[in-house]
Amino acid sequence: MSDPGASAGPAPRSAVREAAFASLVTAGLAFPILALGTQMDLSNRIVLEQRWSWLVIAAVLVFFGRLCALLLADWRARALAVPGTWPLVGGAAMLVTQAGAAPENGLAWMAIGAAMIGAGFALDRRLASRGAVAPDVPAARAVNPLFGKVLPGVGVIALFLFPLIMLWLLGPSGSLKWINNFGIQILIFVMLGWGLNIVVGLAGLLDLGYVAFYAVGAYAYALLSTQFGLSFWWCLPLAGLFAALWGVILGFPVLRLRGDYLAIVTLAFGEIIGAVLTNWTDLTNGKAGIMSIPRITFFGVPFTAGDNGFAAMFGLAFSPIHRTIFLFYLILCLALLTNFVTIRLRRMPVGRAWEALREDEIACRSLGINTTNTKLTAFALGAMFGGFAGSFFAVRQGFVNPDSFTFVESATILAVVVLGGMGSQIGVALAAIVMVGGTEILRELEFLKLIFGSSFDPALYRMLIFGFAMVVMMIWRPRGLISGRSPSVVFRTRKTVSGALVNEGHG
Amino acid sequence: MADTSHGATRRWMSDPLLVVEHLTMRFGGLVAVNDLSFEVGRGDITALIGPNGAGKTTVFNCVTGFYKPSQGRLALAREGRALAADVAALTRTGKRSRRFPEGDLYLLERMPDFQITRFARVARTFQNIRLFPGMTVLENLIVAQHNPLMHASGMSLLGLLGWPSYLAREKQAVDKAAFWLDQIGLTDRADDPAGALPYGAQRRLEIARAMCTDPVLLCLDEPAAGLNPRESLELNALLRMIRDREGTSILLIEHDMSVVMQISDHVIVLDYGIRIADGTPEEVRNDPRVIAAYLGVEDEDELQAVEAEIAEVAT
Repeated sequence: MSDPGASAGPAPRSAVREAAFASLVTAGLAFPILALGTQMDLSNRIVLEQRWSWLVIAAVLVFFGRLCALLLADWRARALAVPGTWPLVGGAAMLVTQAGAAPENGLAWMAIGAAMIGAGFALDRRLASRGAVAPDVPAARAVNPLFGKVLPGVGVIALFLFPLIMLWLLGPSGSLKWINNFGIQILIFVMLGWGLNIVVGLAGLLDLGYVAFYAVGAYAYALLSTQFGLSFWWCLPLAGLFAALWGVILGFPVLRLRGDYLAIVTLAFGEIIGAVLTNWTDLTNGKAGIMSIPRITFFGVPFTAGDNGFAAMFGLAFSPIHRTIFLFYLILCLALLTNFVTIRLRRMPVGRAWEALREDEIACRSLGINTTNTKLTAFALGAMFGGFAGSFFAVRQGFVNPDSFTFVESATILAVVVLGGMGSQIGVALAAIVMVGGTEILRELEFLKLIFGSSFDPALYRMLIFGFAMVVMMIWRPRGLISGRSPSVVFRTRKTVSGALVNEGHG
Repeated sequence: MADTSHGATRRWMSDPLLVVEHLTMRFGGLVAVNDLSFEVGRGDITALIGPNGAGKTTVFNCVTGFYKPSQGRLALAREGRALAADVAALTRTGKRSRRFPEGDLYLLERMPDFQITRFARVARTFQNIRLFPGMTVLENLIVAQHNPLMHASGMSLLGLLGWPSYLAREKQAVDKAAFWLDQIGLTDRADDPAGALPYGAQRRLEIARAMCTDPVLLCLDEPAAGLNPRESLELNALLRMIRDREGTSILLIEHDMSVVMQISDHVIVLDYGIRIADGTPEEVRNDPRVIAAYLGVEDEDELQAVEAEIAEVAT
């Protein structure tokens, strides 16, 4: 620190300086977001709205938040209270309440202020403890059997019971939202995450265009079923096959590339597929997409209200929930199949070769492993599961168009894999629940409207929250939720390998 | 002490495993290896020595296929002898390998790196250790047995179904790994990640991993670098065991003269990409050109002092 007298932590003066700096940075960063806004006026023109007070409030908040955090850290370090800290906090809160014109806004800003101070305090505490005691991470530790065996089993049983419990609790119409929006939507991303995990997590090949294979699978089902009248159960393996084929076609020329270059080419591949789907109107019907794709049947029995429908056959009262529940079990089985194959393959030569490839490609070649074939199998398998998920998507929606397969989807799937912990199956599942379920939950947070006003739509803040979550993850769990690696073969005792030793792959 | 019975027979002349002829490697205008020819005898420990930048690692990379030589022929007889007539006959066919009654003959300059390990059975280690740090010690040794295991798993299909023949083959692979774990003294650390091992153990593990590919020729790039004297002695014992018990020939690059002079049967000295001496350790040790080139000594008195020192180290 600049003050030579301060031995433990910054003195109040340098704390003020640092807080001023933080608030300056905030003002600079937040200026375009907070100070300038656009709004439609009555004649539907966009007008620029200036909200300088917002910027000032934010800067002041950050100043006091940072100051409090620094002073608290200082206080903790010296074990004595710095006079003036609490009045400052009070002052900040006062300022916040004064600034808000309407009472409901005041409440909102107060909540934000409190959250910011709390977050700053928590962060500081974390950083302080990290600085004080270097975390001694063991390279390998024995596996807790509860986590390794029991948890996945309980999870699978719970998933199988989930739609029935929801149906029982909320009835056919109330449970639809939970089974469809939460259950199926999350499971699609779990499956996609597990598929991409083979490529990114195990083989260490950064693939930014995974959505291309999802699209190939979806269009394969849409076209085969509408043009040739093939049933879903024929189209599912075909869609997987087509996607795997495209995986090989993409993989063959680009797998000599590594790292950033591979990522860029896969990104381009995803965009190319999107462009082809948009522009090859003879085949794909362009932006309008393919409509009236045949819906899922119960192995030939349609989910309709008629006499030969599913409900009549099983003597149930007709309800659209039956189809949703069937779709839930379908995607659950597909996801579990992906998981089963991945777990099995990890313990086999090809899976070990994937991981060895991620660890050190040159060493792989020195051991006689054909790295090109190994990469291609990873690409093809990952693509195949993407294709399965795609054909499921098409049969669920009954409609596909290129808008469903944008880069944002690729990024979300990749985020699921990275957030979960590359290579960890459970981690990916948890991350999908957090990311996709989190989005759905945002839609549910009606009470926020009471705080922020009725025009507030929390779902719009999805990306902001994801970004924030990613930053927090990078600081606290840089290797993902589940960072340890479980060995594929055990000599005496099963130990988890610390994530710090595991390479991320070089492409 | 060099084994005179090995040295006197000059097996690299009578029973060559690897015959390198006119090997040249150019990187743009730089000639790293210039028209180099040498033989490696079956069952020998052959040392490739020379000052830094002499082109030793380049030769290694050519032998193991990591570089495509600009010129030259590298013939390896997996079994039998690499006879000049057979090598010439294979060269004319334009193919990579040919089966002779004595065994298979390979032209390494025509093969990609992974095939050299897989078919010609040349394994290597690296100057800067290249283990799979995030995988356990056991996994490192199992990955090395990839090709036979891949075959046993029926391209993963039988393995996916948990076929008994695959499980039996995997058990066999673990047993082989266990044997090497025992040889390098890492049995107790089999389930620890390779990246967490101390440096000397990592070096030994890399050698054991290369041995798990069942090589006929093991290429070691500075295996004693960074080892303490006790570890160097252990390394000597391990290399002798590999030669005598496993029957694997060894080609090594080494700067540690105590290792080179004690265990090698044949020493080749390179300087500026050219072979300046070739023979038994005794012959090479007493060659003034070697001493001058290797140690960069020009003064005559100093040369004698250094010669005496080397003789002392070697005995």
